[in-house]
Amino acid sequence: MITIARLTIGEAARKKVLWVLVILAVLAVALTGWGVERLVTTARAEGVEELQVRLGVSQVLIFIAFMFGFVLAMTAAFMGSPAIAQDLESGVALALLARPLRRSSFLLGRWLGLLVVTVGYAIGSAALAMAVVGLISGYLPPRPWIPITFLAAQAVVLLTLTLALSTKLPPIGGGAVAVVAYGLAWLAGVLGGVGRAFNADALIAISNATRYILPTDGLWRGVVYGLEPSFIFAVVGDNEFAQTNPFFASSPPPGGFIAWCVLWVAVVLGLAIVAMRRREL
Amino acid sequence: MTNLAPAPAIQATALQKRYGRVEALAGLTMTVERGEVFGFLGPNGAGKTTTVKLLLGLARPTAGSASLLGAPIGDLETRRRVGYLPELFRYQPWLRAREVVDLHADLMGFPHAGRKAAIADTLELVGLADRARDLVGTFSKGMQQRLGLGVALFGRPELVFLDEPTSALDPLGRVDVRAIIRTIRDRGAAVFLNSHLLTEVELVCDRVAIVAKGKVVSEGPLDDVLGAPEVAIRVTGLEPSALPELESFGTAALDGDRLTLRGMDLERVPDLVASLVKRGCRIQAVDAGRRSLEERFIDLVGGEGREPGAAA
Repeated sequence: MITIARLTIGEAARKKVLWVLVILAVLAVALTGWGVERLVTTARAEGVEELQVRLGVSQVLIFIAFMFGFVLAMTAAFMGSPAIAQDLESGVALALLARPLRRSSFLLGRWLGLLVVTVGYAIGSAALAMAVVGLISGYLPPRPWIPITFLAAQAVVLLTLTLALSTKLPPIGGGAVAVVAYGLAWLAGVLGGVGRAFNADALIAISNATRYILPTDGLWRGVVYGLEPSFIFAVVGDNEFAQTNPFFASSPPPGGFIAWCVLWVAVVLGLAIVAMRRREL
Repeated sequence: MTNLAPAPAIQATALQKRYGRVEALAGLTMTVERGEVFGFLGPNGAGKTTTVKLLLGLARPTAGSASLLGAPIGDLETRRRVGYLPELFRYQPWLRAREVVDLHADLMGFPHAGRKAAIADTLELVGLADRARDLVGTFSKGMQQRLGLGVALFGRPELVFLDEPTSALDPLGRVDVRAIIRTIRDRGAAVFLNSHLLTEVELVCDRVAIVAKGKVVSEGPLDDVLGAPEVAIRVTGLEPSALPELESFGTAALDGDRLTLRGMDLERVPDLVASLVKRGCRIQAVDAGRRSLEERFIDLVGGEGREPGAAA
């Protein structure tokens, strides 16, 4: 398993995927830093209250996190998607699996390798972005590790899904399905918020069910919660219409949901192993 | 309890594989002994590659059983002692040649001590010593097949499966592969050679099996499979009515100016020629020998499943 994980990380580095991601992240952080600097300087010059400046920066951070979360999801989907399918299609897997290597070890090795790359990228880029914004504006989320953890968890969920699909679908197919599912899950989250504001039980039920089928949107709420300044909760409170905003969360995802996410990853990985074992080469 | 003969390299009993309604393998039974080069022949779709995949645990048999080196197929430990060059050979294009072999060394648990030298020796054996540091992505198909051969031979396996090992090689490369196969046999390993190239099989194999429609139709030492010797003579002036008189030499048949005698003692060829001359016939050419594997192959499998040029 470790050999395959090392191989996977090496593949990402040799194929320059890793370096493209790093360069893109540095560019994005540089642009973000420049934008925040302009925003803060202009606002302060015009005598805007410091609290308002911090609120503005926190909202910018949330939008950036949303975009970054999407990029991360795409990265996870399109790295995970060919990881198994391409090896099976091209014949690379034939020589590997004729060795004393269990199919489960092959799959878990692939997962572990991609996990290191994706989570490393998520943590590195998000931490860098927050550090730069903090340095420029003086605002840092109260517990920066919370949004970073939820962002990484979101990527892990999508990565696991695409890897599982990769045991059955062709290389591009798995990635496309995962990205569409990610978009639908987010949309279901938005509709759930609307449902709560208008007491539409059906919408709430669909949203909740979607959150358990694919927990990416629930994890996104964790990212938002972690990026909000503490004082905003006192101001907004449990306002029903605030709940319709997909860029606002008044509370972190409950512990039960987080436990479900862990279980979800384990179950999907288990199903992927079963599919891989049954696969005729 | 000493001097027990080692288990055969391969033992398959009534091995069967179905893909839906298609029967890819219909009860294959065969034995490959240790240290022999075994040729596995058959027309396209006869079940050759399916057999290799079943034996290596890459596909599951529908029925029947088989063992490799005495252990049931699928046994992970046994795979340390087995090498495999797939028909569809592809290796990580972003790795260097020596890194590909090193990866397989890792997977088979080859010790780190002496690994570098073993990798260099293997690449030398397959003619890639000067390309060891080059990326596989820059290799021609032939070079990739040589690399695959190196991967299959690394670690001195006791059994090597070679599925169409020269399909991408030029004539010189084919000669090299034949020499490599003989080297493997000299080391005491068994080689299971799956090939369309009958000449190649004829030149290196100790025993062969011919499969058609998923079943072995002939199996044994090459001499036995090829059958009795045959003499072909290009002759003019021979009447068909004279054939019964030639039956004392062997089973005679006349096709135009080509007279063939099957099952003939080759020592009696001069007597046969003298007999024909005595009858006033003119001899144009005499070809005394066994039938080629290709002729025997066509006899056994008929036209079924053959594609033009497949049994070249």
